[in-house]
Amino acid sequence: MKLLEWESKEILKARGVPVPPSGGVIETTGRLGAALKKAGKGPWVIKAQVLAGGRGKAGGIKVAKTPKEAQAVAKSILGMTLSTHQTAGQGIKVDSALIEGAAKIEKEYYFSVVLDRQSASPVVVASGQGGMEIESLAAEKLEAILRVPVDVDAGLPAYAARRLAFAMGIPTDKVGEFSRMARALCRIFLDYDLSLLEINPLALTSKGLAALDAKIVADDNALFRHSDLEKLPDHESSALEKAAKKAGISYVGLDGNIGCMVNGAGLAMATMDTIGLAGGTPANFLDVGGSADEERVTKAFTIILKDPKVEAVLVNIFGGIVKCDVIAGGILAALKKVKMRVPLVVRLQGTNVDKGKELLARSGLKLIQADDLWGAAQKAVTAARGAKEAA
Amino acid sequence: MSIILNKDSRLVVQGLTGSAGSFHAQQCLDYGSKIVAGVTPGRGGSQHLGVPVFNTVTDARAKTGADASLIFVPAPGAADAVLEAIDAGIDTIICITEGIPVLDMARVKKTIVSLRGRRAIRLIGPNCPGVITPEECKAGIMPAYIHKKGAIGVVSRSGTLTYEAVWQLTQEGLGQSTVVGIGGDPIIGTTHAEILELFEKDPQTEAVIMIGEIGGRGEEDAARFFKERMTKPVFAFIAGQSAPPGRRMGHAGAIIEGGSGAYAAKAAALRDAGMTVVENLSKIGAAVAKSRKTVSA
Repeated sequence: MKLLEWESKEILKARGVPVPPSGGVIETTGRLGAALKKAGKGPWVIKAQVLAGGRGKAGGIKVAKTPKEAQAVAKSILGMTLSTHQTAGQGIKVDSALIEGAAKIEKEYYFSVVLDRQSASPVVVASGQGGMEIESLAAEKLEAILRVPVDVDAGLPAYAARRLAFAMGIPTDKVGEFSRMARALCRIFLDYDLSLLEINPLALTSKGLAALDAKIVADDNALFRHSDLEKLPDHESSALEKAAKKAGISYVGLDGNIGCMVNGAGLAMATMDTIGLAGGTPANFLDVGGSADEERVTKAFTIILKDPKVEAVLVNIFGGIVKCDVIAGGILAALKKVKMRVPLVVRLQGTNVDKGKELLARSGLKLIQADDLWGAAQKAVTAARGAKEAA
Repeated sequence: MSIILNKDSRLVVQGLTGSAGSFHAQQCLDYGSKIVAGVTPGRGGSQHLGVPVFNTVTDARAKTGADASLIFVPAPGAADAVLEAIDAGIDTIICITEGIPVLDMARVKKTIVSLRGRRAIRLIGPNCPGVITPEECKAGIMPAYIHKKGAIGVVSRSGTLTYEAVWQLTQEGLGQSTVVGIGGDPIIGTTHAEILELFEKDPQTEAVIMIGEIGGRGEEDAARFFKERMTKPVFAFIAGQSAPPGRRMGHAGAIIEGGSGAYAAKAAALRDAGMTVVENLSKIGAAVAKSRKTVSA
């Protein structure tokens, strides 16, 4: 789960990590005056609250020197559609903006805590050269990136934080302040079960060190023990993705026109890949889960068909523990409840596959059966083309 | 021979009396696996599926001589169950549970690493279908009947994707030595490279299918091992060539982050190392069969 900047900063502030003076989040310009007042003396920074990075370059972060200027800036940001290099060609509508007192920046650093799969441990990734994207820094100056392991129980020891501070070129009189901040950030990472905590920039301002930006990604699997994170709204998922999650279905909307229903995440990805190899494009990733019973299948069909781009549906189920005839029964029952507006290709494999296929064939319903995955993908691609030409 | 499990393996099932544990343990018993004990705290002294149930893994091991554990404990308590098995002296642990918090797994790994040199703990999973040595022992949730005893080792990060590959092998008349699901999480007990090393040493295994996914570096590390130390052929498939960066596709581990773990780089690393990369999953069984015909001819 990804948190917005202001949500992340609330957590930082509560743990004693210095952040700029906040005027709060506004959704309309009507509340701007109060927010400016709360943030203190100008100039102020007005920051679009969306999940994509690269907001500054895209015009989603602006400084205002006077309340009048702030009014104009807030008006331009609220409701704007932000396209950054991270939004993959699709803009995100800005619903809210964070108002903060602007700090005079003397130097910028990069600081993050991430999970390192290789060492199976959290690690601090930091650099004396902040402000730019860590990926670009890694590409240009790999030696400028420092890595320090974080013990999953003890966190970051004081000596390690100090050593890091000197290596990053933190001014000597700020080393103590930096160490406290770095250790607190590692503690937050561990206490909240995060997968990413990124401060870019961590800045040296006229008032000391501060986290000018904050990005938090929390581990979905650990939300059950963090009720404060669990109650935050899901900013990332589309309406369809949220509906799927509620039904216990793993769904990710994509750009293509062939809807997919598969059991198992790996097989679901491989099914998308096979559609690609057959010359088509998948409309979604969908893992219906292990049970694939009537209720799940009905829900999955409903979700897939809500996407207007879908011109054919491919069902690929490997009946292992669940028998194919049971799955076929589920598909037939679901088709009684859901109006199938596009061609449907079904590929069943596994236990009782012959019984399952016979059930589908005898049903009289218009569906296309396939024996193997390659044949199924080709049939789905052809069916989607046919649907397009007929329309 | 086989790897990890054989006909003499004595399994304890942690979470035996739960719904998933009961269902799958019964299937394992039907296959002929030796499940000698179950563990459910508070149910010690009872019998379930004809298997004695104990309160702790320590009791189960002492009374039954169990030497491998199969874990179905729900996610919030699953990492603790792994630690309990380790503490009880069990060295082979297969954790099926999906959805374990990743920092819990980091703590488990820390414990395993701290015991290195004194104990050789082999944790498989979590979030995996388990391990099967066909016609000897099934410890997991895979459908038994698709497997057949033979000479091909299979290692995979995914469940149904593995079944698909195994099914194709069996259709081609090619049996399997052992099939291992290593799991789809960011932190797993045993990597692709470690399983390849076991297959390389196993006399029964003559060739290996490795099924990977986008995300992480596990497949690249396996490619390095293959290049440096492996003599047996490896046929690889990587799922996710059509997945967009930054979106998580079901498995927590399957996400392309900051350009790393993307399909093209992974496939190239495997090819450069000399593995056969099969792009189309539907053709993987045929690819193995074809090469074996060429070899024997």
